[in-house]
Amino acid sequence: MSYNWNWSIFFEPAPGGTGTYFDMLLRGLWLTIQTGVCAWIIALAFGSVIGVLRTLPSKTAYWIGFAYVEFFRNMPLLVQLFLWFFVLPELLPRSWGLWLKQIPDAPFYTAAIGIGLFMSARVAVQLAAGIASLPRGQKQAATALGLTTFQAYRYILLPIAFRIIMPPLTSEFLNTIKNTAVAITIGLIELTGQARSMQEFSFQVFEAFTAATVMYLLINIVVVVGMRFLERSLAIPGYITGK
Amino acid sequence: MFVNFDFDVIRRSLGYLFLDGMTFTLTLTALSALGGIVFGTLIALMRLSGFKLLGRIAGLYVDFMRSLPLVLVIFWFYFLVPYIGQWVTGASRPVNVGAFTSALVTFIMFEAAYFSEIMRAGIQSISKGQPAAANALGLTYAQTMRYVVLPQAFRNMLPVLLTQTIVLFQDTSLVYVLSMPDFLGAASKVAQRDGRLVEMYLFAAVVYFTISCAASFAVRRLQARISIVR
Repeated sequence: MSYNWNWSIFFEPAPGGTGTYFDMLLRGLWLTIQTGVCAWIIALAFGSVIGVLRTLPSKTAYWIGFAYVEFFRNMPLLVQLFLWFFVLPELLPRSWGLWLKQIPDAPFYTAAIGIGLFMSARVAVQLAAGIASLPRGQKQAATALGLTTFQAYRYILLPIAFRIIMPPLTSEFLNTIKNTAVAITIGLIELTGQARSMQEFSFQVFEAFTAATVMYLLINIVVVVGMRFLERSLAIPGYITGK
Repeated sequence: MFVNFDFDVIRRSLGYLFLDGMTFTLTLTALSALGGIVFGTLIALMRLSGFKLLGRIAGLYVDFMRSLPLVLVIFWFYFLVPYIGQWVTGASRPVNVGAFTSALVTFIMFEAAYFSEIMRAGIQSISKGQPAAANALGLTYAQTMRYVVLPQAFRNMLPVLLTQTIVLFQDTSLVYVLSMPDFLGAASKVAQRDGRLVEMYLFAAVVYFTISCAASFAVRRLQARISIVR
């Protein structure tokens, strides 16, 4: 291969005067984690509400949940980010639009909200499936005890459903972190973005991308190990995922 | 609120958007799905082959691909494919392969990891009696797979494979990062040329939404039909 490897490039100062190339990648890693976690919190919050709506007996609630999920699932994430970033400020009243465009860190907020809502549709589907997998007796027993629908979900159905769907939620969390790389298109310089700019500045393509790859693998390993620990301590004895 | 909008820009660029952009997107989707399924099936067979080393390699490949963001993989292959081309053809310098080939190789390699998991589940869903009976009839391993196991696995998994293809269709929009002229790339070029971001991106969103919705509706119908037959 006619390629000049230079692994010491990471310790050379990067243009911009803010440390070495390695520092640059670390800043990207940190931004990837921040964006991923913020997006995941939004995904869990919205996904839980929509997931519950999909399981309620009310027809209206079901249709709202259905429309929400179809809306966010049938458009590429990239297009959704463009809608939030380029289109939304133009559709709002002028002064709001101007305010939106002037927010510092707009790519970060757009990415967190856009990816969060995109993933919330997936969380909703998982949660609805988790609630539907519970034996009917759970809901009936809760009703027989005089719990309202809200109480039944709050104290009986949701705690069990969430513990059952822990494994799929782990992979959705990993997907959220991976999806933050799409935000490179709206100018968020996260890990992939930093690797890309390192490649442009230093011409060491493969070193830059290898480092980013290793960092993504590390994130995955940390999350998988952490979640496995959490899954084991939260597993319900007697269920498939339990001991 | 739509007073300042010029929806005529969409009509003016329809030809470019669909004849060039959508053709690129659909060709890339179809070829990647085909290549991904073939390559994914091979990976699944490796994982289930019973040879420890082969299974380990295939497993590592799948885990590796699935823990990386597609955008990063697109960048990787964009720079790597010329060197692979040089290595394969024995040329003296990296080969210029063109944007489409590079994107195609990326999506085949990336999606193969996802398709292989689907095919693995499909193969495992076939009852043990099937290969055992094929074996008893004197069929070789290749014949057993070719005539008995894979057709059934493929058929059982058809709805899931198609759903993954819809995901792939949406994912092809990411070639935008290499400024390739897929549907979204074409829309974005017109948007920037005419200063009509809002109209073009809204239109692109509507088109992607309509196609994906129609496709997933069709897959649901197909699933219902297949499950009745069995």
